[in-house]
Amino acid sequence: MELTLWTYEGPPHVGAMRVATSMEGVHYVLHAPQGDTYADLLFTMIERRDRRPPVSYTTFQARDLGGDTAEMVKTSVREAYERFKPQVMLVGESCTAELIQDQPGSLAKSMNLPIPVVSLDLPAYSKKENWGASETLYHLVRSLLLPHVLAPGSKRPARDLEMRPKANIIGPTALGFRCRDDIQEVLKLLAEIGVEANVIAPLGATPDDLMRIPDADFNICLYPEIAQTTCDWLKRSFDQPIVTTVPIGVGATRDFIAEIGEVAGIDVSRALARSKADTLGNWNAARLSSSAAPGASRLPWYSRSVDSTYLTGKRVFIFGDATHAIAAARIATEELGFTLVGIGTYSRKFARQIREVAKQHGLEAVISDDYLAVETAVAEAAPELVLGTQMERHIAKRLGIPCAVISTPIHVQDVPARYSPQMGWEGANVIFDDWVHPLMMGLEEHLIGMFREDFEFAEGHMSHLHTAPHAAPLQSAGSPIVASGSEMAASAALNSESKPMAAASEDAAEANGKINGDTETGAASWSPDGIAELKKIPFFVRGKVKRNTEKFASDRGITAITVDTLYEAKAAIGQ
Amino acid sequence: MALQPCTETPDKTINNDLHPQASEKTPVQGVATQDFPVLKERGQREVFCGLTGIVWLHRKMQDAFFLVVGSRTCAHLIQSAAGVMIFAEPRFGTAVLGERDLAGLADANDELERVVAQLLSRRPDIKTLFLVGSCPSEVIKLDLAKAAEKLNHRYFPGVRVLNYSGSGIETTFTEGEDACLASMVPVLPEKETEAPALMVVGSLADVVEDQFKRLFDQMGIGPVSFFPPRRASSLPSVGKGTKLLIAQPFLSGTARLLMARGAELLPSPYPFGIEGTTTWLKTAAEAWGIDADVFDQAIAPAVARATTGLEHYKQVLNGRKAFLFPDSQLEIPLARFLSRECGMELIEVGTPYIDRLLMDAEIALLPKGTALSEGQDVEKQLDRCREARPDITVCGLGLANPLEAEGLSTKWSIELVFSPLHGYDQTADLAELFVRSTERRRRLSV
Repeated sequence: MELTLWTYEGPPHVGAMRVATSMEGVHYVLHAPQGDTYADLLFTMIERRDRRPPVSYTTFQARDLGGDTAEMVKTSVREAYERFKPQVMLVGESCTAELIQDQPGSLAKSMNLPIPVVSLDLPAYSKKENWGASETLYHLVRSLLLPHVLAPGSKRPARDLEMRPKANIIGPTALGFRCRDDIQEVLKLLAEIGVEANVIAPLGATPDDLMRIPDADFNICLYPEIAQTTCDWLKRSFDQPIVTTVPIGVGATRDFIAEIGEVAGIDVSRALARSKADTLGNWNAARLSSSAAPGASRLPWYSRSVDSTYLTGKRVFIFGDATHAIAAARIATEELGFTLVGIGTYSRKFARQIREVAKQHGLEAVISDDYLAVETAVAEAAPELVLGTQMERHIAKRLGIPCAVISTPIHVQDVPARYSPQMGWEGANVIFDDWVHPLMMGLEEHLIGMFREDFEFAEGHMSHLHTAPHAAPLQSAGSPIVASGSEMAASAALNSESKPMAAASEDAAEANGKINGDTETGAASWSPDGIAELKKIPFFVRGKVKRNTEKFASDRGITAITVDTLYEAKAAIGQ
Repeated sequence: MALQPCTETPDKTINNDLHPQASEKTPVQGVATQDFPVLKERGQREVFCGLTGIVWLHRKMQDAFFLVVGSRTCAHLIQSAAGVMIFAEPRFGTAVLGERDLAGLADANDELERVVAQLLSRRPDIKTLFLVGSCPSEVIKLDLAKAAEKLNHRYFPGVRVLNYSGSGIETTFTEGEDACLASMVPVLPEKETEAPALMVVGSLADVVEDQFKRLFDQMGIGPVSFFPPRRASSLPSVGKGTKLLIAQPFLSGTARLLMARGAELLPSPYPFGIEGTTTWLKTAAEAWGIDADVFDQAIAPAVARATTGLEHYKQVLNGRKAFLFPDSQLEIPLARFLSRECGMELIEVGTPYIDRLLMDAEIALLPKGTALSEGQDVEKQLDRCREARPDITVCGLGLANPLEAEGLSTKWSIELVFSPLHGYDQTADLAELFVRSTERRRRLSV
């Protein structure tokens, strides 16, 4: 049993639903209790789809358990086939159905429907959503293409050099992070280097489309969490090489283009050169007036412009699925000049890659799907910005840290109407805006550091966001210093909505003291002047300064932390 | 505690021998249900499970924590429903069962104890902890009642541990609240005297509670308690003399358990709309022997306001057709309001369950021949709905956008549970909900 306040992934059958809903001509019969139809809302509400997902549920109830639940499966399969006339049927079970073991897949296969029936075996108590999606896609592709697999040892015929190379884009799904717009952005990149898109799957594909997968010269594994297994199988079965770079970030997009150049045997140097040359030309007439030449990314120039200098060394914590976390780490450090102070993923399958990235930055990766473990890691790292999932927004709110979402799980606001890819050149533009937005703007940061008694622009206030001031960073780590009354009052006065939050953070301080503080608190205590001085540190680095000072004190056996201790620690350790 | 749909249970159980007096009184408005052919359907049900009740109960009782014992699916359900709000301190969570837990039941209790200890050390402010059963925990027959008892030995009086089932196999949507409240009934303090006292049962918006309280005060009805209370640690007392005025129609189990503790049910239609609210208040006034003049005087200003407020919407809704999919058991009272006070035509009124004890007074007010349906076969029901082309379709969020895309105006039904809609001063708001989507369609030109 595992205490889960928030879960990073749904159960595996939700992954299967994501594949079924992505496609057309596929229907999924799910053996599940009444109530599991909540998952329809993920698609109709979060993704705002205008059709019901192609999923029929058996929705058994307690009174059915004594009877023939297997018969319910057959009825559902029969009715779903007759009503929806799909080209392929997926049959599987949810967690509760797994316990009653009706074997719905085999049952459905025994019914001799005139269409392929793919039986899904998704262990709900050990596996999760992305695995479910990956397995479903793999079994679907495999069932359809198995008869056409190349004979062992045979090679693909060489590409006709007169023809443009063709690529499949594998991995985008319903409820994926910005998949809808990423596809468009990747198509633009491919068009620029003269590569034709063959099949995009599963998002928007039909079973017939899947049959055309072998026609392509190579596969682009766009979302490894979903596509890796399928791409590996296609490589073995159809000798299709895999493009593994995920084009999120300017550097990664350049590498992506270069890798395609290598895999497809084409010259991509012009596109690469343009991506570097074009960044300064944001305002030139040719670019403004031409719709023909899509611009390269603005991120490189925006990030170099002096307004971004204050971003240098901002401490950032990254968490998400492995693909987005790895991409984010590179962008944060190489393209925005942040300092990585923590990185982790809930995608255990890709733990090794994340550990490598962490090692490069002298960090220990957080490989966990335990929300509380992530929360503890964030509190300990005391970052100035969290790049994470919807769940890290809860953590960031508790700790009072700015946050941007870079990965699933997401909620409705991260399926926006506007064009907002993460991939390619435009994706980098979107990322620049979204990640910088939650941070305090430069001027305000300076002024709040200088003048601390302003009645309007108080501690932690970010006037460009209307956010309530937040007292938590002072308390987020180590010994429980509770915010002074006046600080709380100031918060409350500024924004009446902040009241519950301030109260919550007070609890948080106590709770944190319990979670991670006790190891340190015995060592040194803060003198009143020490605390007063600590409060003069800008709030977003205060957590780190406090932690460093306490460590400095305990290393040297100092029991009472004074103003001097604080500055000695600062001199010795730096900020 | 498994609730059975009452139409499939013999009459004896419906009225339950818990309180024979009440059962004699039950068919208030004559035998109503016979006049209504009820279409009973079985097939795919597009409804929530009872766990969803947590989404509003955690706000109603702020010192309570809801720990679901279930699978990742359960955790996913609740966070998909409520996770759009950003919580510094979540007030619900899931003890997710793993393969180890399924392999042997022996250590499941130890595991649960460990999880609860972990939770309570993180959240020392929790006063009441609900262990909420789910489909997986019910199917493997994990004894949460026993676990709660054991945990109580350890944590009470600091924390009270209760348990109920919100599983989909046993409960539909709002029945989760019923199960939750029912779990609190045994721990309600015993009433000290046999003097009459009013208990209003069912989660109401705070503002609505205050309005009702003022009306009862003006009439001289009291003392009045509300159940559930705003803090789970301050429970109202119950016993002989307690008179139950049920505010939500889905509280079958809770009402019966309260009756078993000596309370008397005051059967009534529910306080939706002017008529519903007046009848509901009147039921209490009669039990207290309040003078008709006093009653009329107390409600007159609110009735006048509500009538004015409703007038505009009434004109818009009059003669329009409504189709209600089953969801919360609020469908019948709402249909009664829509037809009698807004002049709407009812095409079909679907409801997950019909409990005659709590619903007869409502059904009696429906126009004769109203098509009632109990249970669901969603595909067939959708066919009927498409065929009828109603002006407004009340349905869940899984169906709402797809139906809008087909050109039907919808009112998503969950909002009816989440919004302050009971009582006089909310009557216009209630009607407005059914006008809004049509009004949007009129305004939007793209």
